[in-house]
Parts: sequence; C-alpha cells; structure tokens
Amino acid sequence: MLRENLAGFHYELYKNCLVVYVTQDLDHHAVLSLRERSDRLIEAGDVKHIIFDFKDVGFMDSSGIGLLMGRYKKVMFLGGRACVTNVGSAVDRIFKISGLYKIIEKYDTPEDAIKALEVKYENYI
Amino acid sequence: MKIIFESCSENEAFARTVVAAYITRLNPTLEEMSDVKTAVSEAVTNCIIHGYENKEGSIVMECVIHNNDISIMIEDYGKGINDIEKAMEPLYTTRPEWERSGMGFAFMEAFMDKLEVESVPGKGTKVFMEKTIGLCEDGE
Repeated sequence: MLRENLAGFHYELYKNCLVVYVTQDLDHHAVLSLRERSDRLIEAGDVKHIIFDFKDVGFMDSSGIGLLMGRYKKVMFLGGRACVTNVGSAVDRIFKISGLYKIIEKYDTPEDAIKALEVKYENYI
Repeated sequence: MKIIFESCSENEAFARTVVAAYITRLNPTLEEMSDVKTAVSEAVTNCIIHGYENKEGSIVMECVIHNNDISIMIEDYGKGINDIEKAMEPLYTTRPEWERSGMGFAFMEAFMDKLEVESVPGKGTKVFMEKTIGLCEDGE
C-alpha cells in the first residue's frame, strides 16, 4: 500500500482506490501541487476510484471545484467514481452551490467511502 | 486599509486572511466570514491567472468599513477583460485547459451583496464588492 506526504498533502492507495487527504485550504495555490501529484498516481495505473478527504479543511474556492471536476472526469473514463469525505460546513456550502454533489458522492469517512465503492464494485462482477 | 502585493499564488491565502482579520470587528458569523474569504480568494485568483497570466504584476486591495458594510476593491493592471458580461456567465471560462471551473464571478456574486466589474483591455481590471455583516440573526 502506498502512503506518502507531499507538499502538505497526504496520499494513500487502498487496492484501486486513491485517498487524497487535503488537510489545508484548497485554493488555486494548493490545487497546483495536488493536481500534478494525484494525476501522476492515477496515470501510474491501478487507480480506479478517488476519494478526497476534507477533514480539517476550513476553506475552499472555485479552484477546488475545478480540481474535483477534473479528477472526476479522469476516473470516470476509467470506469471509476469520485467521492468526498469529512466535509465541513464551509466546504459543504461550496459543493452545494456549485452542484458538485450531482457527480461526486459524499460519505462521512474515507473508510465509509471505500466500503461503499467496494460493495458496489463487487456487485458489478 | 490598502495593501499592494505581488501576483503569486501564495498571496491568495495572504489576501483573504488580511480581509478576514480586518472584518473581525464587525463580529461576522462563521458563514459571513467564509463568504468574504471566498469572494476575495476568487478575485485575487482572477488577477493572478487571468489578469497577469501567471506572470509578474502587482495587485491592489483596498477595504473600507462603513457601519456594518464592508467594501472591497481588488485591482490588477493586467490584460483586462474584453467581454465582461460573458466573463461573468456561470461556467464560462477562457482557461478550460487550466481546469478553471468558470465559477469565480458567480461565487463573488453569490457570496457578496453587490459586485461590480470594470475593465479596460490591455490596462487592467477592477472588482468592487460589498457586503453587510453582522445584521442577520440566522446567518443567511
């Protein structure tokens, strides 16, 4: 299992599911490093689903929406799904206003999301 | 309050933190605080990526508190906007290749009470925003 810290973000890979722990304000500046690293991990193979965890994230703007929509498109082409977890009220509001929940699923914790993804994934086989 | 800072992405957090500290005396709700921070972050990000296209430049931010109103002016001397109406349309972006969501102005409009944009192509762009703080009991 991959575990790494890069520029303040934490990445973990469980089976075919990449979990990105955002852990800091998600603005244009933060997006620059996050996008590059998560895409490299997706393109390295094995990743089908992506989960963004927002625990301890108190701020997000439209740059974060762009990041999530972009990663959603990537995993969608791989037949995967995108999830967000531990969404606080400020970030939740941004998601609601932008309509992001139409394409991205929300769960309480990354563990819940992984469980949901695996259950449904197995059902397909 | 007036500050001038370089156009670089690290200053997005700087600018919204300064404004957040400045409006603290109005006793904003958590929601009002995050509304203003988001609007400032959107405006400053626009200066950096659209106004100056990630090149060097200066951004001016001026804030005034009058009673319960906060007025914020954010200005760049970059490339300007040709069609402001189009630029303000939700989901419209000139930079899809940078994964811009096209929601910058829509967020500023949604989170502030008033938004005005002035721009001269080749000269720069000025954004004015206003919001009344601390008068709503329900935080809406």
